[in-house]
Amino acid sequence: MGVRSLSSTVNEATFQTRPYKLHKLDTPPKSEVVVTRDDAIHYYREMQVIRRLETAAGNLYKEKIVRGFCHLYTGQEACAVGMHAAMDKDDGLITSYRCHGWTYLLGSTVVEVISELSGKISGNVYGKGGSMHMYERTFFGGNGIVGAQQALGAGVAFAHKYNGKKNVCFTLYGDGAANQGQLFECTNMAKLWNVPVIFVCENNGYGMGTAANRASADTNYYTRGDFVPGIWVDAMDVISVREAVQYCRDYANAGKGPLMLELATYRFVGHSMSDPGTGYRTREEVQEARKTRDPIHGFKDKIIAANLVTEAELKDIDKSVRKEVDDAVMHAHQDGVLPWEGLYTDLYHNTPPQFIRGCITEESIVQPYTNSSELVKKLGLKPKTYSA
Amino acid sequence: MALLLRKLCPTGNVASLRASSHFVFSPSKADPSLGETTKLNLYQSINNAMHTALETDPTACVFGEDIAFGGVFRCSLGLQDKFGKDRVFNTPLCEQGIAGFAIGLAAAGSTAIAEIQFGDYIFPAYDQIVNEAAKYRYRSGGQFNSGKLTIRATWGAVGHGALYHSQSPEANFTHTPGLKVVIPRGPIQAKGLLLACIEDPDPCIFFEPKVLYRAAVEDVPVGKYTLPIGKAEIVKPGKDATLLAWGTQLHVVLEVANIAKEKLGIDAEVIDLQSIAPWDVDTVANSVVKTGRLLVSHEAPLTSGFAAEVAATIQRECFLNLEAPIARVCGWDTPFPHVFEPVYLPTKWRVLDQLKQLVEF
Repeated sequence: MGVRSLSSTVNEATFQTRPYKLHKLDTPPKSEVVVTRDDAIHYYREMQVIRRLETAAGNLYKEKIVRGFCHLYTGQEACAVGMHAAMDKDDGLITSYRCHGWTYLLGSTVVEVISELSGKISGNVYGKGGSMHMYERTFFGGNGIVGAQQALGAGVAFAHKYNGKKNVCFTLYGDGAANQGQLFECTNMAKLWNVPVIFVCENNGYGMGTAANRASADTNYYTRGDFVPGIWVDAMDVISVREAVQYCRDYANAGKGPLMLELATYRFVGHSMSDPGTGYRTREEVQEARKTRDPIHGFKDKIIAANLVTEAELKDIDKSVRKEVDDAVMHAHQDGVLPWEGLYTDLYHNTPPQFIRGCITEESIVQPYTNSSELVKKLGLKPKTYSA
Repeated sequence: MALLLRKLCPTGNVASLRASSHFVFSPSKADPSLGETTKLNLYQSINNAMHTALETDPTACVFGEDIAFGGVFRCSLGLQDKFGKDRVFNTPLCEQGIAGFAIGLAAAGSTAIAEIQFGDYIFPAYDQIVNEAAKYRYRSGGQFNSGKLTIRATWGAVGHGALYHSQSPEANFTHTPGLKVVIPRGPIQAKGLLLACIEDPDPCIFFEPKVLYRAAVEDVPVGKYTLPIGKAEIVKPGKDATLLAWGTQLHVVLEVANIAKEKLGIDAEVIDLQSIAPWDVDTVANSVVKTGRLLVSHEAPLTSGFAAEVAATIQRECFLNLEAPIARVCGWDTPFPHVFEPVYLPTKWRVLDQLKQLVEF
């Protein structure tokens, strides 16, 4: 990433993963793994981008540039970055609304993510979706109704298998949504038909304002698949997550069927921007987590101690990340929104022309565009495309 | 044409369009015979109603997602402390489970007050409500019923809710015989109607306009009172046209009626439907007989919205009295949008424009 390799750093180091817990599996993921210098720098940078991106989103929300509902990933960065590190570029992924970090990792730029949050035309989906509805080539969203995405993920995975691809689909949900009936339904289908779907429960301890043990009769989410084997991972460690996911891919691609992963993590912020996060847990608990379990600081200490990087290099990365995010925020402030004709685009494959009243009667028109990319092209902008 | 639209609504204005509210709340006055009143907003009056229900009915239970600490909108504040964890409790995140559980509880003889946190999330529970709750009495020849069930759900646009925090799903339920659907316009109606729903021997769905939770403040009677389900209310009498709406939209059409009176000399009659299923055909029909013109307005999309049902019935009842076709000013036929909310909503300008055309027909 343009960081000079100093002669005193090493090119790779060996780390221990944090202990896993297994359900109906005999062998755990690797306990000793090699991390290269490039990987270390890459993971650190990606976690920092997500951290800064979410902080910027929070600030924009307070400025009312971002409206509606905004759910931040702060504290959970190791889940996304660790998973992504082991994913193949054609693996599918679907999650619920804590999705800004994933959108970035799976191909969108920071500008696209922040613009989408702000409802601007340079957004990932032109501002039509907002915080909870961002998409990428292999990223099926961003979903508002938790539980719905669980079955969708199983379907995507089935498509991979049906088309003969050695790819899996990761379907993410939280400890709250783990109690949705739909999960039970699609877990059964996945096991029955040997579908290469990895169910991933990001257990951050709270379903919005309800502690996990007050919503779930059994909080061992990695065992809740019953006939689907599972693994519990300490997801504050990005390397542990990476290895667990690698294991899952190998397992599913070997034709053994689905697995259920529980990523034990913690969110430092409230459920959403409308939630201060202290109504149902103590300030001390949150501060303790920030001090002792921060995934970014934990990783930073590890890689510096292993001599993979120097403190100065990481500081440079921090600076460049800050600039990237600040530039994106400025862009979002200045950009415009999709014109009103966008109200009617993307309804159907061929949305028939609707009669639209403008702000005043004289500006009534017949809707000329079927989809948003046509509209965007007419404005002289480039529509969103997915790079293969 | 596209450029013209864009120019007239440039970037800066969009943010302010989204920030300002599309309605002005008009407080109502309670019937003086109900006695002493106190100032309450919508969430407080609903809280008060549930307090009363739990106090007077020992079988009553209140449950839903996150309601124990008071709920995301504060409607259940203090209830668990006062009535205990076995009567006021949190459910896991499972709407279908919540609805089914509530139906069972009601069928076994307990009063069940279930909350669905956002009306947009009611769809996993749709099967339970439509296929179980609504049909229980019918399919058992009257031996069983889930009448002691009341489902409360938040409802309607809030200014920035986007696709999944703004929906008005009432028409999905009015289409199912066996259910009652009620939507209040303010704190006084909310307390009376909610208590009526809880006591009603049929399953009721009570939609609460979330944007009014804090914005709507009225002098609410402190004692227990109910308002009849199935009765509409003439909020402002008039003679030139009938404006019919419910929930938040009632305040929009009320403002339109005032503007129309002042600027256009049109004296419109404003009716709050309140009870959507069953609905008060007589009050609306009698009004249309008098005025000859009807405009119905709701936030939900136009096609198959409840205005369609009203229009179909009134054109049959009042065909020879109508001076103009019945007008419907509703949300457009799109999913509730993200940035386009200001143009999606049936704002006062769209309603006023249609009222003008109605009168000039």
